[in-house]
This record gives sequence, structure tokens and C-alpha cells, in this order.
Amino acid sequence: MLSAEALRHAFAGGRGEGGSGGRVVALDDVTFTLDAGQTLAVFGPNGAGKTTLLKVLAGLIRPDAGRATVAGGRGAIGWIGHQSHLYGHLTVRENLLFWAALYRVPAATRARRADAVMRRLGIAEHAERAVCALSRGLAQRAAIARALIHEPRVLLLDEPFTGLDLAAAAGFRTLLAQLRGAGRVVVLATHNVDEGVELATDVAFQRRGRFVHFAPRGGRGPAQIADEYRRALGAGGG
Amino acid sequence: MGDWLSQAWTVARKDLLLEFRTRTAIVSALVFTALVLTVFNFGRDPTAVPTIDLAPTILWVTFTFAAMLAMNRAFQLELENDALEGLLASPLSRTSLYWGKLLANLVFVAVVEVVGLPLFVLFFDVPVAPVLGPLIAVIALATVGFVAVGTLFSALVIRTRFAELLLVVLLLPFLLPPLIGAVQVTARLLGGRPLSESAGWLRLLAAYDIAFVTLATLLFPFTVEE
Repeated sequence: MLSAEALRHAFAGGRGEGGSGGRVVALDDVTFTLDAGQTLAVFGPNGAGKTTLLKVLAGLIRPDAGRATVAGGRGAIGWIGHQSHLYGHLTVRENLLFWAALYRVPAATRARRADAVMRRLGIAEHAERAVCALSRGLAQRAAIARALIHEPRVLLLDEPFTGLDLAAAAGFRTLLAQLRGAGRVVVLATHNVDEGVELATDVAFQRRGRFVHFAPRGGRGPAQIADEYRRALGAGGG
Repeated sequence: MGDWLSQAWTVARKDLLLEFRTRTAIVSALVFTALVLTVFNFGRDPTAVPTIDLAPTILWVTFTFAAMLAMNRAFQLELENDALEGLLASPLSRTSLYWGKLLANLVFVAVVEVVGLPLFVLFFDVPVAPVLGPLIAVIALATVGFVAVGTLFSALVIRTRFAELLLVVLLLPFLLPPLIGAVQVTARLLGGRPLSESAGWLRLLAAYDIAFVTLATLLFPFTVEE
């Protein structure tokens, strides 16, 4: 359903840590495959290349080498980036209907789909409010609603818990667990080991673009993963 | 309606709704249009240069710079919350995105022209009524060309510093052919000359439109790739 084959990518203009001849290595020989129902949690410090990996999978960046394939192409992907991708002067509902149209959700079902996803994320009562008037947490929930409006088969989530309060974060975890149960593939990138471990079927630690660890989570809990993460990345992190 | 055009219209409708909500760019462009025409009206000496000789240039200078405000705004809308990244991650084709922006810009500039033309007639008292049809056709022909180029360039500069300044510097040389053509045809029309006398300029405007709408459609995907 989703595969990455020997992905390599570097950005120009880098020096110092992670640098290679004036280029910052963001992806270094990253390979994995995920099938329906799998959730990969990618942990790594800032600058490890997690966002680049997600952008390559989403088709936003063409890698220097290697290939990323998502069954169904862009229309099958739900993308949550660092920003909400919402228009501040449109209401939450108008935003969702716009994105639903772009993702080719049939016109007859758009409104129903928007209502359902807003209810699911607890923002139905804010449907007619302009996004620019929402709090950070509500805007993040609207961003999640945007990513789910077309019922994507693959979810690419970059630090999706940012801005969510404890209750909203717990609700989102439940939602992700349901989506995994429904056969969705999720790739979740975060620097916070506590946030994504329990959702994951597979865990990767990324450092300087490279997966220094990639394995099924098995029975490992957050404490054990955190301990392995610290050891794998060393005291210096990145 | 083809899928790509339907998607383009979705983008254009969203842009127009946003503009309707905020009204910042359209009000700025209309105030600019009124101010420029006012300044030209009071700054000229009708005894030194006949109005009819000056009017076509004033009309097109006004429309051109007012249109640039529209072009600047086209992709700035997408910087808020990095909506552009969302668009590029979606199945929306780059062609539909370009055409959506082009359509919205055309509507925006048309509104400015619809308001600007009566003001122009009011200030300069030129005989527009007998040539209104051909004049509107010329305005439409020239507008399509420079909005097509302007939409492409606004995408090109949007992630740069000083994007607004850069757009003007890059765009103006490309606008010279349609501007000169439009001024020439407008001057002849207002001077009571037959439209057939402007056939060459009209062909230039039409050729410019076809060439640059096609080129911009083909080149646009490269301007938005990361």
C-alpha cells in the first residue's frame, strides 16, 4: 500500500552536523513497506529528516534517488503538515467543502461527510466560525478534519498532536486506532516518543536522514521505546 | 465541463469568496484606479496636449498597475497557513491550479475595469459610446494576455523576499507588447478610425494571448515544485 525504496535526499547550503559537501542529508537510504492496518511511528530529533520523509511520500518533494509509492496516488493520502492548510477567512465548513471538492468527494455527499468528520473531532459547534477566529487547538482539529474529509487510505502525519489539549489528543489517538482497525496506513512523525508509541505497529528512529532502527513494536511500551531511542541516538541526538 | 476545468473553477470560486470576505485587494485596486485617473485628470494641460491623444495611455497605465495588485494577491492567499502546500499535496493538477488562479484574476481585473472605464469617461470626456463594443473587446483581449503572464510570475516570486517588487520588475517587460497593442487600438477607436485599421495590432494581441496562455500553462508546474 505504501513503499519507500532507497530514498535519498539532500538540501543545498548545509554545513556542520549532517552536512555533506555543503548539502544537508535529509534522507539516507530509507526503505520500508507498509500494508493495510500498519502504523509506523518515526521518531527523531529536530532536523533528522522526518518532515522530508513525509513530504517525499506525499509527493511534495522529488527525492534525489529512490522511489516512494502510495497505492491510489495523491487522492488516497491524507496529509497533516506543520501548518493547518486552512483559509483563515473561510469558515471551518467552507474549508472542508473546498478540500472535499479538490479531493473529488462526490458533491452529493460532501456536506454529510463534513458534518460527520466535524462531529468526530468535536468541532461541529464551530462549523460556521472563521478559521482565523479559532484557538490553536481547535484549528489543529480542523486541520485533522481537513486531512480526513476524503477518507484517505494513507495518512501522513507530521507532529499531529501539536496544539491539542490532553482531551483532544486522547480523542485523536482513539480516532487513529479506529482508522488503523479499518485498514488505514498511518505514518506518524514526531520528536516526542510518548506521543505515538501506543498507536504504532512499527517503530523507526531517524537520525541524519537514516533509519538507525526500524522494527515492529511488538510488546514494547513507551518507556522501553524511549530508552532504546535514547541509546540509539546517543546523548547528542541528531 | 472537463474535470480539470471543474477543479480550476473550485479554486477560482474559493479565491473570489475570500476576496469577497476581506475586500482588501479589490478596494485597494479600485481606490488606486480612482486616484490615478484623478491625478492624471488634474495634472494634464488640455491646451498643450489634446485629451484624445493622452487618454488611451492613461487608461492602460491605470489598468495595468491596478491589475498588478490582483496578481500580487493571487498566491499570497495561499501563504496563509501554507495552504499552497495543501494544494500541492492534493490531487489537484497544477494546470487546474494555474487556471483557477487565472480565472479568479480575470474576474478581479474585470471588476476593476468595469468600475475604471466609466470613471475614465467621466474624467476625460472621451467619445466611448460609439465604440463601446470594440473597446470592450480590446480590453478583454489585452487583459487575458497580461493576466496570464502575471499569474505565472506571481507564482514564481511568491516564496521570494520582496515578492511584490520583484513581480513588477519581472512582469513589466513582458507586458510591453500587449500594452502597446492595446494603446494603439484604443487610440484609433477613440479617434473614430475604423476597426479594420487596427487589424495588425489585434492580431498581435490575439497571438500574444494564445502564446502566453499556452506557455504559462506549460511552465506553471515548474514554478511550484519544491
